[in-house]
Amino acid sequence: MLRILHDINIDWLGRRREFIVASVLLMLVGLGSAVFRQATGGQAFNMGVDFKGGTVVTARFKQKPTDESIRAALTSKGIHDAVVQPVTDRPDTVLIKVPLEEGKDGRAQVRDALNTFGTEAAPDRELGADENANYKIVGTDAVGAIAGVQLRNKAIAVTLAALVGILVYIAFRFEWTYGAAAVIAVFHDVLVTLGFFSIFQIEISLNVIAALLTLVGFSVNDTIVVFDRVRENRKLHRRDSLYKITNDAINQTLSRTIITNGLVFLSVLALVLFGGDVLRGFSLALFIGVIFGTYSSVAIASPIMVWWEQRIEAANRQAALSFSQPVRGGVRTAAKPSTREAVAPSTGKRSTGAGRA
Amino acid sequence: MKKKHLLTRTIIILVVTLVGLYLVIGPRRRPTLRDFTWSGIKATMANNIHLGLDLRGGSHLVMRVKTDEYLQRLTEEANVNAQNAAKDAGFEIKDGRAEISPGNLRVVLDVADPSKINEIKDAIDKKVELADKSVWTYSASGSQMSWTMSGTAQRVLADEATTQALTIIDRRINALGVTEPTLQLHGAKTAHQILLQMPGLDNPERVKDILKGESRLELVHVVGPPSPAPPTTYPTKEAAIQSLGGTIPANRDVLPYKEKTDPTKDPNQPVLTQWVVIERPAVITGDQLSGANAGQSQGGGVNDWEIDFRLKRSGAEKFGAWTTANVNNYMGVVLNNEVSSVAFIKSPIYDRGQITGRFSQTQAEDLALTLRSGALPAAIEYLEERTVGPSLGADSIRAGVRASLYGLAFVVFFMLIYYRGSGVNAVVALILNMILMLAGLIVFGATLTLPGIAGMILTIGMAVDSNVLIFERIREEIQSGKTIPSAVEQGFSRAFITIIDTHVTTIISSLFLFVFGTGPIRGFAVTLVIGLLVNLFSAVYVSKTIFIWLLSRKEKVESLSI
Repeated sequence: MLRILHDINIDWLGRRREFIVASVLLMLVGLGSAVFRQATGGQAFNMGVDFKGGTVVTARFKQKPTDESIRAALTSKGIHDAVVQPVTDRPDTVLIKVPLEEGKDGRAQVRDALNTFGTEAAPDRELGADENANYKIVGTDAVGAIAGVQLRNKAIAVTLAALVGILVYIAFRFEWTYGAAAVIAVFHDVLVTLGFFSIFQIEISLNVIAALLTLVGFSVNDTIVVFDRVRENRKLHRRDSLYKITNDAINQTLSRTIITNGLVFLSVLALVLFGGDVLRGFSLALFIGVIFGTYSSVAIASPIMVWWEQRIEAANRQAALSFSQPVRGGVRTAAKPSTREAVAPSTGKRSTGAGRA
Repeated sequence: MKKKHLLTRTIIILVVTLVGLYLVIGPRRRPTLRDFTWSGIKATMANNIHLGLDLRGGSHLVMRVKTDEYLQRLTEEANVNAQNAAKDAGFEIKDGRAEISPGNLRVVLDVADPSKINEIKDAIDKKVELADKSVWTYSASGSQMSWTMSGTAQRVLADEATTQALTIIDRRINALGVTEPTLQLHGAKTAHQILLQMPGLDNPERVKDILKGESRLELVHVVGPPSPAPPTTYPTKEAAIQSLGGTIPANRDVLPYKEKTDPTKDPNQPVLTQWVVIERPAVITGDQLSGANAGQSQGGGVNDWEIDFRLKRSGAEKFGAWTTANVNNYMGVVLNNEVSSVAFIKSPIYDRGQITGRFSQTQAEDLALTLRSGALPAAIEYLEERTVGPSLGADSIRAGVRASLYGLAFVVFFMLIYYRGSGVNAVVALILNMILMLAGLIVFGATLTLPGIAGMILTIGMAVDSNVLIFERIREEIQSGKTIPSAVEQGFSRAFITIIDTHVTTIISSLFLFVFGTGPIRGFAVTLVIGLLVNLFSAVYVSKTIFIWLLSRKEKVESLSI
């Protein structure tokens, strides 16, 4: 039997401080980049036309002029701040990004400028089929100011709604502390990924938002595999502490974590390398996300869950000691102790979804 | 392990696989030999799977109906009409105005004699739409009368305008002969947005211009001394307003007039804009049109086209009566609040007229088309425009398919090396997953988009995860000393709980994407949801059946290739 790992016994939770410090640092670097860029007159994030508004024209040439001459042609037609970007896997094609201008049609503006390099192919003909033509606009994405704001708000709202849905489901299947820990871990992944996007100024488009949501799914996926094992182990080993149980669960599922995420990582790598420019932002977001999604279920979600559960148990024990008095406030945790079984120290009793107890 | 179910399970799997295969690569007609060749299969697949605009090429337009401007216009018209109605009945109105702020529309009249307010109200109610109590709330205090448009009425009218715009746009794209268009309301109802998708059309500039054309046609009285004096025009708007005494009264309006010049002249030469004073309300509005056609102007050049229009019977009667009474006066043809021609009335005109201007043939034909289809109740603006040429779409398909195949190949290679015999299970399950996912897309009539292909690649990831979870668990159970059959049984039942939890969470987040997401993101969510549902069948049910079959071949199983 070919095996990557067996009988590992790593004390993951013992390193929670290092993990959390590392994560906080990563998030701070990302945040720092966003703040710094914003403050120095740059842009915190490289927002694509989907969110900022503007036009991207994809033009294909028979004889492609240099990027500089295209830019010069655009400037001579009064289009300033245009970005001319080559397409890596198609040398005959360029992307031309034009900022939003009130009352102007970006596509028509660009066509006007490109006409200096020859005529455009007829609307119903491919570039190769039209002998007189030198170029053809093969794609446009034009987004107005209203639509940009609308798309951005929608993207944020959808992400948050999806997170709430996940939180509710995990709370229902496990405990709300588990759900909260998983959601915090996912938040961490999204923030770290966004940090990378700010540092490297990778363009954020609608597709990147889709990637962020996928990453949310994947990260929660990993966390659930571990939590599932924790739930199972709690039934089997009632005497063990949650700390040990969680460590064991992480170790037991470690080979699965490495195999699955390794494979996903490699499929995403295939997407980065061969998926073409249109999906590049999407693939890159996933690429970063898969790495941190794997890391966060071990390094963020599990420690938070254990820490939280331990606090609640401690509070319950206190409540049990002062059993003669009715339990109301006075307990330091935010949890509602009255809804939990105030029976200590046997933690095993609430091993299956005590949220329903 | 329940061997007796093996036959049932095998039959179910075979049927599902065959149906899936037929859905994906089966032609929807009598098959020919070519359908069994590789290129034939590819063509059938491209035909069966509904490809999104980003893959097959086409245009995607989102527009907004400017309902705020529409409500504003209604209020302004009501103001003009109310003042005219009061004056016609012989009452004096000191001041009248339309008060417009976001969400608040009001017509306010200050009357000279407060004691006559009720009589004025009667006169207005008889002639003006302000009498409609479901729309306007009337109140009077002192010498002031005011009508406020209720919030409900604003919503209803704005919604009506949007629906009407949708109908008119539908008429226009049909008249243009756009193939397989999708036209629907877009987003929240209060957003008043319309989505138009036109597959195969990658240059929508002409369609955009035609749809945008408000085509509000009015025939008006141009104020000034009658012929033989030339029509009264002013060089600037200010001069025109000055001629009215500094303010524009309710029954007058000042509009720009671009005079028709000799079309043989350089067309790039700037057109001189003049201003004319016209009388409100208009004699005839566009809803009285019965037809419009483009035609070449008499004696004009090749590029001198005009639009001939006809009026409905009711309009013709009204127009005839008015022109009879106004022989030798000047009338103007107003298009979208711009005077396109001014002419003096030689003799009574009944049901025909022309719009002349410096139109090219296409311009004239497009204008005639929009006039025939009716005027848009309000202007529209384009919020989003995405076009993809067929060649760009083909590039994306190629890149997506290539990335999926590399990903799949790598996963297959690894699973076979790492899990050996059981790896075959995983490979069968994966390939079945791909086929059934495509079949699912076809069954639900879902659209495959570029992000959808990405969703497929991620489904491969999730599908492998299910296999890995199961296999790792079986390995663990074998190590803990269980017999092979019970290890397999345990492995499946334990891993199944986890698989359900992971799938449900991902499906929950995908459902949010599907319900609230837009275009590309929805395509992604659809493939992911279908892929995950299919995966429960392929990775759990099919894979388990293969194990049952393997174990049933021997009386006593000593080892398992995993």
